[in-house]
Formats: sequence, structure tokens, C-alpha cells
Amino acid sequence: MAKSLLFPEFKIERDAKRCIACQVCVRQCANAVHSYEEDDDTLWSEEERCVGCQRCVTLCPTGALEVRRREVGFRENANWEPAFLHRLYKQAETGGIVLASMGCDRPYTIYWDHLLLNASQVTNPSIDPLREPIEIRTFLGRKEASLDVDWENLSLKTKLAPQLELSLPVLFSAMSYGSISYNAFRSIVEAAQEIGTLCNSGEGGLHPDFYSFGEHIIVQVASGRFGVTPEYLGVAKAIEIKIGQGAKPGIGGHLPGEKVSPEISRTRRIPVGSDAISPAPHHDIYSIEDLERLVFAIKEATGYRKPVSVKIAAVHNVAAIASGCVRAGADIVAIDGIRGGTGAAPQVIRDNVGIPIELALAQVDERLRREGIRHRASIVVAGGIRSSSDVIKAIALGADAVYVGTAALLALGCHLCQKCYTGRCNWGIATQDPLLTKRLNPRIGKRRLVNLMRAWALEMKEILGGMGINAIESLRGNREQLRAVGLREEEARLLGVKMAGEGW
Amino acid sequence: MKKIRIHEEYCIGCHLCEITCVVKHSPSGKLIKTFRDTNRPAPRVRVEEEGYVSFALQCRHCDDAPCVENCLTGAMYRDEETGVVLCDEDRCVGCWMCIMSCPFGVAERNAEHTHIGSKCDGCVKKGEVPPCVENCPNEALTYE
Amino acid sequence: MRERERIPSGCAVAGVLSWTGQPVGGETIIRAMRVMHERSNGLGGGFAGYGIYPDFAELYAFHLLYDSLESADDVEAILQKNFVIEHQEAIPFWEHSPITDYPVFIRYFLRPRGSEDEEELVVQTVMTVNARVEGAYVISSGKNMGVFKGVGYPEDIGEFFRLDEYQGYCWIAHGRFPTNSVGWWGGAHPFNLLNFSVVHNGELSSYGINRRYLENFGYFCTLQTDTEVIAYLLDLLLRRHKVPPAMLGAIFASPFWSEIDAMEEPQRSFYKAIRLTYGGALLNGPFSIIVGFEGGMLGLVDRIKLRPMVGGWDKDTFYLASEESAIREIAPHLNEIRALKAGEVMIGTVKEGVYHGQEFAVSRI
Repeated sequence: MAKSLLFPEFKIERDAKRCIACQVCVRQCANAVHSYEEDDDTLWSEEERCVGCQRCVTLCPTGALEVRRREVGFRENANWEPAFLHRLYKQAETGGIVLASMGCDRPYTIYWDHLLLNASQVTNPSIDPLREPIEIRTFLGRKEASLDVDWENLSLKTKLAPQLELSLPVLFSAMSYGSISYNAFRSIVEAAQEIGTLCNSGEGGLHPDFYSFGEHIIVQVASGRFGVTPEYLGVAKAIEIKIGQGAKPGIGGHLPGEKVSPEISRTRRIPVGSDAISPAPHHDIYSIEDLERLVFAIKEATGYRKPVSVKIAAVHNVAAIASGCVRAGADIVAIDGIRGGTGAAPQVIRDNVGIPIELALAQVDERLRREGIRHRASIVVAGGIRSSSDVIKAIALGADAVYVGTAALLALGCHLCQKCYTGRCNWGIATQDPLLTKRLNPRIGKRRLVNLMRAWALEMKEILGGMGINAIESLRGNREQLRAVGLREEEARLLGVKMAGEGW
Repeated sequence: MKKIRIHEEYCIGCHLCEITCVVKHSPSGKLIKTFRDTNRPAPRVRVEEEGYVSFALQCRHCDDAPCVENCLTGAMYRDEETGVVLCDEDRCVGCWMCIMSCPFGVAERNAEHTHIGSKCDGCVKKGEVPPCVENCPNEALTYE
Repeated sequence: MRERERIPSGCAVAGVLSWTGQPVGGETIIRAMRVMHERSNGLGGGFAGYGIYPDFAELYAFHLLYDSLESADDVEAILQKNFVIEHQEAIPFWEHSPITDYPVFIRYFLRPRGSEDEEELVVQTVMTVNARVEGAYVISSGKNMGVFKGVGYPEDIGEFFRLDEYQGYCWIAHGRFPTNSVGWWGGAHPFNLLNFSVVHNGELSSYGINRRYLENFGYFCTLQTDTEVIAYLLDLLLRRHKVPPAMLGAIFASPFWSEIDAMEEPQRSFYKAIRLTYGGALLNGPFSIIVGFEGGMLGLVDRIKLRPMVGGWDKDTFYLASEESAIREIAPHLNEIRALKAGEVMIGTVKEGVYHGQEFAVSRI
């Protein structure tokens, strides 16, 4: 058989002075990289199988291991980077589509890192979050343009559309049970409940164990309609029609057969071991009026008591598409940018299709305002939100809230090795193997997620207070609080942001 | 009185509890030095595994410990104040009644097979957490 | 080409309202402002007077500021599309004033053509002139009222416009302390649309979103001062959405969620709906404002009281000012005088022909 040209991506260094041959590394590697020879009490490593997940490094009690990127040793070539070579060799050997997981890792411009925030001084005092209330409570759903009120009794006559109440403008993004483990999903849903926000079921259906958390779950109706039953729609707080996602605009979700265990099979209602590949479009949504039909079918089915969200990927025409979604009756429009993560996608789509969420958001918000319909739907953005400052900048550009996916998984222990599609996640997150799923203790997972959100909420309040703003609605869409650095004028114009150095 | 509780659904089979136990009972208390010593103590907790099920098992310090009841010489005894079941090795004659009585199989012979060897001795003082619990990377052991 | 700079607002406001509708001469308000001289830096002052054009009470009085009269023809063409110009004249000023560098001010008294919604027409016309005609700005557009403002200390501006020759039932006034050196007559306060005028001490951290929220409804900000959004919000809320003036505090300085959570129904749902619907109209950042409207005046401060405002009243008159000394200057023997609380609206309205029954509404619970 011809020799594979694929070269190991990682190099394992074991410090002999520190290694005590305890074999934790042997036991913990799902890719069977490390092995122990009893007769001479030695440890060995098969580097070809290492995916760089850092599990062995983290658990080694003496810190004897170091896993580093292996230097390829090819002649330098700015055009043919090692990643391109690796994938090309793989395709020459297999004739297949190269898969990848998580979000686009190419060095495209990250606009968050070119936006700076304001602080108030002298003419306008900053507000102290330790001593004054800073309000970040957020409501998602359709808003009214004006109200019908009985002013004598201060009593509201207009009936408000259903709203989702969040204690902070962050939700957990759609990650299906199937792409992630039961324990990971449990960590997320329990954290959402404790924090006072919501998570998203993704297109994997909803395991009955989680029905009791329905008040904190948005369920997805995606093109494969996996798990969509009357009960599914009934327990949820909101329903999201997934048209697309940022990691793979234009194609459907993909759960490799390796991850379809009996539990997954039951939840999604598909055969064990079969690939769950969602169709690219919804085969009953070929145009905007079809979307309107589905939106209202869902509203009818749920008695108009639940907000309906439409999730789209950020593509070139996203502003017009978003406008169409709002007019089709969506109460929330969720936009996922090119940095959005996934359990499995063709690498070539993940890295080349879609646009950064910052630009998409700025254009969508501006377009909806200009059409006078911005109040009819809340905008939630996703795709590579990494910190509380990214959240603040997103709100300032016009978002009502953000979804976090990768950030949540990182909190649970993900090390971004991008091998979720193999189903051998060493951290117990993106796997269904019971040996591996044990590794994520939901008690710990929930604690870490709650901590992360608490930290971000505190940071957001510090930033808002510094700006002299004590209610998040005064930041939403307030681009005056942003300035651009290191951007071309065109880019700053598209973002609707002045250059740093320009005053009011 | 706090006991170590086992959550086998979260045990990842790493055996770090065993390693920590060895270090705790070693003369130096240092990890690498201890493991260079071929005469290092045996662990007093053992990870039991089958398939993907695993858990760390140590002496349960039973309230009505069969090993105490059946010990010929009274070497096995229960410290009423701490609730820990201990072995007075000077009195142990190596009859192995305790090994046969223990429903959990946590008692073992020592290396020379002269008397009882490693058994969990509730190694910490009041207010401290046992190292096997503290160092379990997945909180599969809790001290409650 | 004017620089796209927006000037934050300071620092002295005052207002006088006669209950009985009895005329108050302009010199009264000038005296109040003179006491607060140190709060300004000479780069802006202004006044709005209500009831000052009894002879033209039925007509819309447009005060136009012209950088130069070259744009007058364009402006008049726009005005004449929807209005008949019944009368126009230069606004009289005092030639021997210390203020020497001034633009041209013309006032037009307009009767609407046709029977369409007159007030909408006025708003559209104002927006059109301000946006389309270079160097011309409508600085007031109400009936039987007018705005007089410019670059200078308020007392000097008041004397420049000879306000002692006018009588009105309500006056509001402002003195500025802008933190850059652009002195532009149009940027001074008060800001006005129809009969709503506002003077503002403060800086709106929420300006960026207030402005974009207003664009949703067809209002475009061109006057480079954050106070402009307050004027347009007043028109949107009071005229189009029919919010009672006494309830403006619920929108501009909404109660905190912790307070709303503790309320009983129906107030709790009401305030929650207000915050959800009018989030873009919430004014964040420090402010104290005095609003003049037809038949009344109100004062309001921000939700955490970062700017001062004092209100006082007696059997004839209602006073508001940044400092108690300004009120004492013109009403030395006042008994009822106190500071406004955070988020509080203090409002007075004229009862036609009757002076008892003073109306106060404190909207913050």
C-alpha cells in the first residue's frame, strides 16, 4: 500500500527527569497516542495520532509533557502554508471532502480589535458600578412603535408581544445534543437557568431529561427537522428556524455517524450509526414567502405565546435578507458570522464562505432603522464573540444580544484542537463515547459557565459605567461610543463608526 | 462526620487519586522523589474498572465495620472521635480475617505478607480535605 | 462647510411661568440669568418666550437664522410651498450691544395652505430647510412664541435681542459653557420644534442612539448639539404619541428595574412596557432640562441626579433654575422652593383666566 504523505502535526516532548510513569497520559488519550511498556517501565508516544488537545499535558501530575506544533521542515513558502499542504495530501489520498470543526481560523480582519470604546470625563461624569445600579437586563422579542395607555391609572392597554427576559445580553449558542455530549448539554442548560438566560437546542432535538428546563431553552427547527414534535415546541420558551449558520452558510448541519449513539438515535429519530446530514435548504422554504408561512405555522401551533427567531448566516446580502425575515414575522433575527463554530463542516466552506459578523451587524442594524422596522425584531449576533468587550462593541453597533458557542465550550474545557468531527473529544464535550463523556462533570461545567458569565457581566458594568451609561438600552446602536483604529475609511464607513481622534 | 463519597459517573480512570495517596503517605511528601523510590508506599485507594465504568474505592470506615468485629487480636479498631477505622500494626498477626470480612475488599496484605498493608487511614486532620478528593480532576470524589 | 463636531452642553438654565397667564417682561428672565453668569463662558446664551406675538397668535412664527441672506430665496421657496407668508421682518436687535459678530435673523409669520395636518407640515418644512438649505436654520417654529439665541453671555444675548420689549406668559433661558471653541449661533439653546422648546444642562451619553431612534420616525439632526434630540423627542412623544407632559420622566428618566420589580400591577407592566418600547428615547448621561410647551413649563433631572435643578412657586408664578440664587433674585420672598429629585418632573400649567388651581405632577413614584 502506498505510504501516506501526511506528516504528524504535533510533537510530544516527555521530560525524563519528571516522568514518573504513572500512565495518566496513557489512560487519558482517546487517540491512543501514549503507551506503556511493562517490561522496561517505559512510556512511548505515537505522534501521528496526536491532535494537540493538550489533555495529557494538563493531567500529567509532574508537568512532564509538552505538546507542540511540529515544524514541518519544508522549504519556506508563503503561498503553500503547511495547512494547505496537509489538506491537499489528505485529498490526494482519500478523494474526499476535508472536514473541520469549530470556527474559521484564518487571519481575516477581526473588526472587534479595531474598535475602541469611550469613557466619560469632566463634562459628563462616569458612573460607579460598585455604588450605582448599571442595568444590563435585556428583553428579546418584537417591540411596539408606540403604546396605547390609560394615563389616568398608568395601565397598559396594548398587549405586548412575547419577550425573552435575560439578566445579561448573552445567550448560549445552538449546539446540538449529538454534536456535544449529554453532560455538556446539561452543563449549559443548568448554567442558563442559574444565570437567567437561555440556551439553544441546536438541530438535535431535545432529550426528555431537559424538558423541565424549557423556560431556558430555545429549540431549533432546522432543515432536517430532527426531533421536532409538538412536545418539543411545547416545552420551549422560544422557537428558532435555522436557515443557516456562520460556519457553513448554504449547507446543512452534519453529524457524523460515529456520534450517532442509541441515545442520539432516539432523540433525533434516526438510525444508530447513520450520518445525520441536514439538507442544504429547508425543502419547504425556497423563498421569503415560504419562510413567512413557516413562521406563522409555528406561531399558530404555539398559540402566539412564544417568540419565533430566524437564524441566518452572514453573507453578502445579509441586510436585505434580514429585512425580509423581519417582514416575514420573525420576532428575533439571529445572525451568525464567518467565525461561527460547528461540530463538523467541510473545511473549505468553513474558511471561505460568509462575512465577519461586525460588518453584517452594522449593515443590518442600519438597514432596518432606515426602513423604520428596527423595533419589530431583536437582533442577536454570533460568530467568534470572545470577551465582554466584544459583547459591548456588538451592542454599540446595534445588536440586542449575542450568542456564544466557542466561548462556552472553552469554559467547559475545550482546547480548540478542531477534531470534534472524529467524535473522540478528550474533554468529554464533542463526543458520545461513554468513556469520554464521563470526563465532563456537569457540576464543574455549570460552575465554570456561571463564573464566565458572571465575570463578563461585571466587566460590562464597569465599561458601561465608565461611559456614563447606566442602562444598556442607551448603548444599543449608539455608535458614537465607538471609534475605529487601523481601518480604512471604507471599512469605518460600513461600520458606521468614526475614526479615533474625531470628537463628537 | 465527613465521609468520602464516590461519584462513579464522573470517574475518568486516571488513577491520580492513587498517586496522590502514595505521595501523602511517603516520607518526603514530594511527588517525583517519591516515585523514584522503589520502596514507596502502596496506594490505599484503588481504582476499579470494567469497560468504561470506573471508580476509586477506599475503606468506607463503616459504622459497624465487619473487620473490627472479626479481628482476632483487636488490632482493627474504630476511633470513635473521628469515625475512622484503623489498624494497630503492632497487634496485627496476619490472620486475614479482615480481608475476608470486608464487603468492599479494601484491605490488602502488605508486601511481605506479614500483616495488613495499605488501607485508607483517613489521613487528614479535622477541617482538611483528603488529597485523593482534592486532586481528583473531575470531582468524582467528594468529601461531605 | 461646518465641521462635524457636536458640542456638549452646560451649564445654566432657568424658567418662569405665570399661572394666571399674565405677561412677564423679558427683563425678568434676563435678571435671573445674570446671577448665574459664572456658569457660562460667553459662548452661548438663549431664550424662548411664549405669548410674545399676540397680534399674530394664529400664525406659525418661524425664526430663521441665516449665515448670509443668499439662502433666503431658497428658504422662502420652501416655505411658500405649504404656507402663505403673511408677514416677515428682521428680528430687531440692539446695534450698540457688545456683541458684534452676528448672523441675520428674520421672522416669518405663516398660515398653512390647505387642510392637511398642519403640525406635520411644519415639522417636515423645518426638517427640509435645515437639511437642504446650506447656511439657513429654522430655530423656532411655534405659534405665538419664539426663540432668541446666539454666541454670548445670556444677559448680553437678551439685551441684544431687546427682550425687555417683549411680554410673555412663559420664558425659558440658557447659558452655555461648551468645551470647545466653536461658537456658532445655531448651536446655542433653546432648541425648538413647534411649540416645544428645551434648554439643557448636561451631556447625553445616549445621543448616538437617540439620534438613530429619531431617524426611524423621520427626524434628522443637523444642529450639532445633543439637545436637538430632546426637542425632537418631545415632538414625537408629546404630539405624535400623546404622552402627557407630566409622564415624560417615565421615558426620559425611567425607573430602575429594581424599582419596577417591586411595583404593584398595573404600574409594573406599564413601566416595563415603557422601557421596552421607548429604550431609544431614554436619556442617559447627566441632564437637567426645562421644557416649555403650549400653556406650561416643566423641569426634569436625570435618573441619578447628576445636575442641579431647583423649583419654586407662589400664587402667581412657577420658577425653575439651576441655582436657588437665580430664583431668589427675581422672587426674593418665595416660601415654597426645593430641589428636584432624581427622575422627577415638576410641571406647571396655565389655567386660562383663573390663577388658582396650580397644577403640579410629580411623576416619579
